[in-house]
Amino acid sequence: MQASLSLSVSNPAAIPRSGHGFESSLPFPSKPVNLRFCGLRREALGFSSTSSSISAYRSNRNAARSKKVWASLGSDNGSSSSAPKSFDYDLIIIGAGVGGHGAALHAVEKGLKTAIVEGDVVGGTCVNRGCVPSKALLAVSGRMRELQNEHHLKALGLQVSAASYDRQGVADHANNLATKIRSNLTNSMKALGVDILTGFGTVLGPQKVKVGKDTVVTAKDIIIATGSVPFVPKGIEVDGKTVITSDHALKLESVPDWIAIVGSGYIGLEFSDVYTALGSEVTFVEALDQLMPGFDPEIGKLAQRVLINPRKIDYHTGVFATKITPAKDGKPVTIELIDAKTKEPKETLEVDAALIATGRAPFTNGLGLENINVATQRGFIPVDDRMRVIDSNGDRVPHLFCIGDANGKMMLAHAASAQGISVVEQLTGRDHVLNHLSIPAACFTHPEISMVGLTEPQAREKAELEGFEVAVAKTSFKANTKALAENEGEGLAKLIYRPDNGEILGVHIFGLHAADLIHEASNAIALGTRIQDLKLAVHAHPTLSEVLDELFKSAKVSF
Amino acid sequence: MAHLLQTSFLPSSQCLRPNPDRSSSSTSSPMVQISRRRSKTGGAVQAKIREIFMPALSSTMTEGKIVSWVKSEGEKLAKGESVVVVESDKADMDVETFYDGYLAAIMVEEGGVAAVGSAIALLAETEDEIEAARSKAAGSGSSAASSSPATASTSADPIPAEIAAPIAASAPIAAAPVAKLASAVHPASDGGKRVVASPYAKKLAKELKVELAAIAGSGPLGRIVAKDVETAAAAPVPVAAVTAAAPAPAAASNVELGTVVPFTTMQGAVSRNMLESLSVPTFRVGYTITTDALDALYKKIKSKGVTMTALLAKATALALAKHPVVNSSCRDGNSFTYNSSINIAVAVAIDGGLITPVLQDADKSDIYSLSRKWKELVDKARAKQLQPHEYNTGTFTLSNLGMFGVDRFDAILPPGTGAIMAVGASQPTAVGTKDGRIGIKNQMQVNVTADHRVIYGADLAAFLQTLSKIIEDPKDLTF
Repeated sequence: MQASLSLSVSNPAAIPRSGHGFESSLPFPSKPVNLRFCGLRREALGFSSTSSSISAYRSNRNAARSKKVWASLGSDNGSSSSAPKSFDYDLIIIGAGVGGHGAALHAVEKGLKTAIVEGDVVGGTCVNRGCVPSKALLAVSGRMRELQNEHHLKALGLQVSAASYDRQGVADHANNLATKIRSNLTNSMKALGVDILTGFGTVLGPQKVKVGKDTVVTAKDIIIATGSVPFVPKGIEVDGKTVITSDHALKLESVPDWIAIVGSGYIGLEFSDVYTALGSEVTFVEALDQLMPGFDPEIGKLAQRVLINPRKIDYHTGVFATKITPAKDGKPVTIELIDAKTKEPKETLEVDAALIATGRAPFTNGLGLENINVATQRGFIPVDDRMRVIDSNGDRVPHLFCIGDANGKMMLAHAASAQGISVVEQLTGRDHVLNHLSIPAACFTHPEISMVGLTEPQAREKAELEGFEVAVAKTSFKANTKALAENEGEGLAKLIYRPDNGEILGVHIFGLHAADLIHEASNAIALGTRIQDLKLAVHAHPTLSEVLDELFKSAKVSF
Repeated sequence: MAHLLQTSFLPSSQCLRPNPDRSSSSTSSPMVQISRRRSKTGGAVQAKIREIFMPALSSTMTEGKIVSWVKSEGEKLAKGESVVVVESDKADMDVETFYDGYLAAIMVEEGGVAAVGSAIALLAETEDEIEAARSKAAGSGSSAASSSPATASTSADPIPAEIAAPIAASAPIAAAPVAKLASAVHPASDGGKRVVASPYAKKLAKELKVELAAIAGSGPLGRIVAKDVETAAAAPVPVAAVTAAAPAPAAASNVELGTVVPFTTMQGAVSRNMLESLSVPTFRVGYTITTDALDALYKKIKSKGVTMTALLAKATALALAKHPVVNSSCRDGNSFTYNSSINIAVAVAIDGGLITPVLQDADKSDIYSLSRKWKELVDKARAKQLQPHEYNTGTFTLSNLGMFGVDRFDAILPPGTGAIMAVGASQPTAVGTKDGRIGIKNQMQVNVTADHRVIYGADLAAFLQTLSKIIEDPKDLTF
C-alpha cells in the first residue's frame, strides 16, 4: 500500500505531483536497511535459461578482471585517495527492498558481481508491511463490499444472504501473502547469484561498506536503497493497539467500531476502504483544506463522492491532530484537533482507535554519510537526476548512488526499482535518465484510482510558463460496455494533453481496474508516443481498455 | 420537455449547450436553460426573476442529479459562468448561465434529483430582487426540492402556503418527542454540551432530520450510534395499526390468466424452505383465548402507537420466557439449542411474497419500543431494505390472519425454528360460563405447530396455558 503510492514532499521541484504529503506510516522496526518491493518482474528471468549463461559469463569476466580491470579502475578513482585497489564486488546495494531487488537483478543480468545488504528481512516495507499485505486486505474488502451491496447484486440477479467474515482468516491471508512473496524474492536473488549479506550496512568511505559489526566489504559502486520509515508527528503516542500505524493495521488484530484515520492520502484512503467494508465507521483527519489533496482536483471530487460520501465516513479538514492519547482505563482514544491555520484548539475526538497515516521519513540515520561528507536534507539524501549522490559542497560523490524513498524523488516502490535499473544502466556504459513523469501511481480503493504525469493544475501552470496550449479530454465508464456489464459504470478517465503536438501530459483514471488501465498511458509517455498514433491503436472489444481508446480518440490534436 | 412547454411561462431564448469539458472555450459550454417568469398578476412589470432549469445533457436524459452548486445563494453570476454541476446518465457536466444576475435561491439542493426541464434555482437580475425571488422559491421550492418529476410543472404556479405547511410542520416532529428520550448523557461530552456520535450516526441524523443532541446514545461510552438515530427517527411517527398481513389486493386483478410465471427470487426461497420443512416431524396444538382484557388494553394504549402485533408478540415472548423449550430449535437432528434470546418473527405479506421481520428480545423490550420497532421493520420490509439479521434471526414465529376474518388456520413450521403460532381473528363468541350462564366474549383461536423432536405435547399445552393467562390478564404487557 505504502510503496505502491507515495510521493514525497521533500523536493517539490523534482516531483510531478506537488503538494501532497504522501500518507503512510510504517514504523520501522529499529533495523537499518529496508526497502520496498512491489513486483516480481524480473524473477522469471533468473530461473530461465539465462541464469546459467549469466553466471558462466560472470565467472569468466571475474577471472579476467582480476588481472587487468582493476588496474584501470585505479586511475578512475584517483579522486578518492583511500579507495581500495581491488574490490570484493562490482556493486553493493544497501537495502533489499523492491528498489534494491530491482537493481540487483538488473546488475546480474548486466554481468556485475553483486551483493545486497539487508539488516532486517528481505522485501522491505512493501512486501512485509506495505503494498503486498494491504492488497490482500483490499481483495477481501472488495469482495465484502460486493456481497454487501444488495442493490448491486440484485441488479445482476444475484442473491446472497448475510455475508460475514472471519477476522483472523483475513489477517492470515495478508500474512501468508507477505511470507510467500518474501520467499519468492529471496529465492530469485539467490538463484541468480546475488550475495545476500545480513547486517546493518554503513558507508565507511568511498567504495567501502561495513556490514554488521565488523565485516568490511568493498565494491566498485555502491547504491543506497534504505527506504523510509513512517513519520509519526510529535504529540502522537503510538501504542500499537488503539493508536496504530499501518504496520499494526495490516496485521488486522482488531476491527474497531470507530476508527479515526489521520491523513487522507493513498494509505488513509485504502485503509478506509478496508475498514468500512469490514464494518467500521471512519473519521478522517486531514491537515489540508480538502480530502485527497494529491489527486487531480476533478478526480478527487469524484472519488470523494464515491469513496467517502456514501460510506460511513465523516471528516475534519484543515485541522492538525496535536495530541493523540491511546485508550486506557476504559477511556477512549482522544484526539485533540487544532485549526491548521489559526492554531486554535478546535475539537477533541473520542474514538475506538486511531490510524496514523501522516507520511514517511527517509531512513538514512546510521548510514555513515558523514564519512563521505554528505549532508541529508530533512533526512533525504541529495541526488542529481541520475541518482548520483551530492555531497555538502554540491559535488558529486563518485561511485555512490541513492535510489528509492531515501532520495525522496518519488516515493513509490516501482519508482525505486526503475531508479535502480537506471543506475545499473549507467554503470554498464549506457547513459540513462529516468523520466519520473512516466511513472504511474495507483490507489487500490474500490473502485481504483490511478494516474501518470501531471495533474490539470500542474499542466496549466507549466503551459503558462512555457507558453503552450493545454487541452483536456474526458470519457466516462458509463459509456463502456464492459463496465456496464459488470454494473460498475461509475468512473472517469481524463487526459491532459497538448493539442499542438499530441503529447500526453497526464492521464488520471477513477473507475473499475483503473490501476491496470493506466499503463497504456504511462508507456505512451515513457516511449514518447503521441495521441495521433494512439488513436489508431486497436483495443479488444468489449474491454475496459476501450475507456482509454475512447479517451485518446476524443482528444483533438491539430496535427 | 413536453410538460415544460405546458407551463405558464415559456423558456425564452433558451439554449442548451452541454459540454463535458470545462476548460474549453465558452462557446461550446453547456448553458442552463433559463426562462423568464411571466408576470401573471398585475399589470406592472414584475421583477425579472428567471428560473434555472435542469438541462437535458444527453438525448436519453430524463432527470439529472445535482452534484454540486458551484455558486452559492446570493452570488453574482456572469453570463457563461459555471453555476452547477449536474450528473446525467452519462457523465457529470458543468452547467453555465446564459444571463448575468444573482443566484437568488437554490431550489434543489446538492444530491437532489430533478426532472429535465424542472426549475432547480432562481436567478434574479438585480440584487434587490433576490428577496422577491427567495419568497417565490419558498413557495414553490419546498415542493421542487422533493425532486419528484411531477413537481416540475407545479413549481411554476404560485404555490399556496398550505402545500408547504405540512412539510414544514413535519420537520420539528423529530425534535419534540425525542427530547424525552435523552436520558443519558455521554460521560465524556462536557456535561452534555458536546455530542459524541459515530460518523454514520451523524450522516443518518442529517438524512432523517433528527436532532443528535436530543438522543441518548447506546454505543460504547454512551456514544450515539446509527441504531439510536434510527430509533429516534421512528419514534415520533404515530404508528398505524399495522397488523401482520398487508395484502396487495390490487395485484390480484392485474394477473394475466393462463400465463406461466417463473418464481421470483423470494418465491424461490419460500419454495425451498417449504420443501425443507417436510423433513421436520411436526404436530399441532390449538387453544381458544379470551381477548376482552387484551382488546380493552389495546384500545387504551393504541393512541400511543401500540399495535396489536406488538402486543401479541410481547405476550408470546413473556410466555416463551417461562417455557424455554418452546423457544428452542433443532437443526442437526442430534441436539437442540435453548436459544439465548427470544426473537419473535412475524410473518408479513409483501408485494410478491412473504417475509418475517424479527422483533429481537421481545421479552425484554417495553411495548412502546416494540411497537416502534415493528413499524420500522414493516416500513423497511415494504421498501425491501431489511437487513438479513432483521428477518432471519427469529426463534419463534407468529402468523396472524385475523384481520381477514380467518378464525383458525394451520401454519407450516419454518425450518430452523421450534414452533410457529397461527393466530385467528378475535370475535364475539357465545360462551357458557361456569355458573351455567351463556355470555358473549371475544375469543380468538391460536394454533401452534411445533417440531416434535424437541417440543412435546405437554410443553405446548403448558405454554399455551401460560399464554392465555397472560392475554386474559394483560397487565404485565405494559409494565
